[in-house]
Amino acid sequence: MKRIFIDEQYCIGCRLCEIYCQVKHSKSKKILKAFREGQPDVMSRVLVEEIGSNSFAIQCRHCKDAPCVGACISGAMTKNENTGVVICDEEKCVGCWSCIMVCPYGVIKRDLKASKVASKCDLCSDEEEPVCVKNCPNEALKIIDTDKNIGGEYGEK
Amino acid sequence: MPLKLNQSEFVVERDLNKCISCEVCVRQCSNDVHEFDADDKTVLSECSKCIGCHRCESLCPTEAITIRKKEAEFKENSNWQPAHIKNIYRQADSGGVLLTGMGSDKPHTVYWDHILFNAAQVTNPSIDPLREPMEIKTFIGAKPESLEIEKIGDEFKLKTKLGPHLELSTPILISAMSYGSISLNACKSLASAAEAFGTFYNTGEGGMHKELARYAKNTIVQVASGRFGVDRQYLRSAAAVEIKIGQGAKPGIGGHLPGEKVTADISGTRMIPQGSDAISPAPHHDIYSIEDLAQLIFAIKEATDYLKPVGVKVSAVHNIAPIASGIVRAGADFVSIDGFRGGTGAAPQAIRDNVGIPIELALAAVDTRLREEGIRHKAAIIVAGSMRSSSDIIKAIALGADAVYIATAALIALGCHLCQKCYTGKCNWGIATQDPYLTKRLNPSIGTRKLSGLLRAWSLEIKEMLGGAGINAIESLRGNKEHLRGINLSETELSILGIKHAGQAW
Repeated sequence: MKRIFIDEQYCIGCRLCEIYCQVKHSKSKKILKAFREGQPDVMSRVLVEEIGSNSFAIQCRHCKDAPCVGACISGAMTKNENTGVVICDEEKCVGCWSCIMVCPYGVIKRDLKASKVASKCDLCSDEEEPVCVKNCPNEALKIIDTDKNIGGEYGEK
Repeated sequence: MPLKLNQSEFVVERDLNKCISCEVCVRQCSNDVHEFDADDKTVLSECSKCIGCHRCESLCPTEAITIRKKEAEFKENSNWQPAHIKNIYRQADSGGVLLTGMGSDKPHTVYWDHILFNAAQVTNPSIDPLREPMEIKTFIGAKPESLEIEKIGDEFKLKTKLGPHLELSTPILISAMSYGSISLNACKSLASAAEAFGTFYNTGEGGMHKELARYAKNTIVQVASGRFGVDRQYLRSAAAVEIKIGQGAKPGIGGHLPGEKVTADISGTRMIPQGSDAISPAPHHDIYSIEDLAQLIFAIKEATDYLKPVGVKVSAVHNIAPIASGIVRAGADFVSIDGFRGGTGAAPQAIRDNVGIPIELALAAVDTRLREEGIRHKAAIIVAGSMRSSSDIIKAIALGADAVYIATAALIALGCHLCQKCYTGKCNWGIATQDPYLTKRLNPSIGTRKLSGLLRAWSLEIKEMLGGAGINAIESLRGNKEHLRGINLSETELSILGIKHAGQAW
């Protein structure tokens, strides 16, 4: 399964991952249009945490036993059995935010602009590579197929 | 507001139609040029703080920023150039020595640009390096007077015992830059690229960090006047040892790493107390003659069991030819000569821009002198001091160098934009800084890839040019000045370089 890994040693805190995530999930998918009038129409699904000189970008870990899937009251949050990607179907989501309460990483957010749905990383499943990974200028984010890295640094332990 | 005589050097142009106020520029600038105004939701820039490193411009996702030179229009004056006036304003304010970084930016003659390389036509065939083998392997060390070969059975074997030498896959080494002057991530990038490409990097005078010990077989360690980090283990672990007498950017000048930069890690590597100033004296206090130098060379050879080449690095000064002769006679296996356009982390501007001689003239003078004295084979010559391209390198080899050192070019490959502010310790590219917020901007795996890419590209170009000249091994080009012609040079310059003028046949 493809997963995003973080090398916090080289995260430079520029937050370009957040910006490109917003663009990717905007209506127009064009950076200038998405940010017109200084406010993007969607929020970023990746979040850069920063204290002093330490920083890292974190997004949904797509947990094996994802607590958010179990907690979802409307069946919006599902885990794809083939790809392992946890996706929130915004059509079904009723905005109860149970998923937010159970998420151990705090990476699901309230999207107040888009009629109170929960917003989270979808691993850019329609792209070759998630945009946060592709646009990280210091290669601090990596997408790695854990099945091909069994026992290795990034493999399933 | 106090009276400010000097105006901003750069202007930060922000296209407000493109700026999305994402604040990437705000977060990336260590000089606090950009500031987010929360009330207006716009980013403002204070041009006077901009040093022109182009970090913000490079990372801006919408290309909204352009950094331009802001030229104060003084009354025209051919004698009092703007640079003179601005420097006087700066010094009248500070009362101190003007510091700068990197190599001289003054328009002195670059002789490489006045030298043209040859190509084969009709009377000798050129060689296609894509189809035929092309040898650019280079050896650094003393060469024997002659070779004796003996026949054992059906096999021929070399009877002459060769001295210690370095084997390089390409005639390019990475020059001395100490941990302290540059970040550990920069050192790792240089070391790992040297290892990947089969060449060598030089620790500079700052000792060898424990994380760099794994690259020891691709490391030339330096012994400088401060003797930082020098112990038996340091000398014995490396591939070669270089005694640093001088540096091209600041001949006759020592070094000073301020105490605030001597962190726990640097203090451990340099073997000095944390927070104490790391002062490299201008001279070695035990070297006042060629005989003293010979003692140090042989002390190091003793310490390393005569297994490693020991070289001496000097800056190119007026008497470079006899100095180099003395160094070879003192027992050095290689002489590194650093021309006056060579870089530095910090040097007084007056010295950097006015002291020393160009590497082209120094190299030709040294090569000629050593040949005349019949001792050219006793030591390899490595030249440094602004090798900007593969063509500079091939011209250096034809002028008599065995190999070249690159440092500025290597740093440019890592992202350096030559803003010349290394001495401030606020390098936005994570190179000349020890600030953990800035050093992590240089990911060594990217750095290694970029520098290996440069080494590969230059090596390919060297092979192309060699092939074009009908030469299939770089050994055949070394000191082969017939392959060079001067253009727009005086008789004196041509005679020092030992080359003919363009248009003169063999």
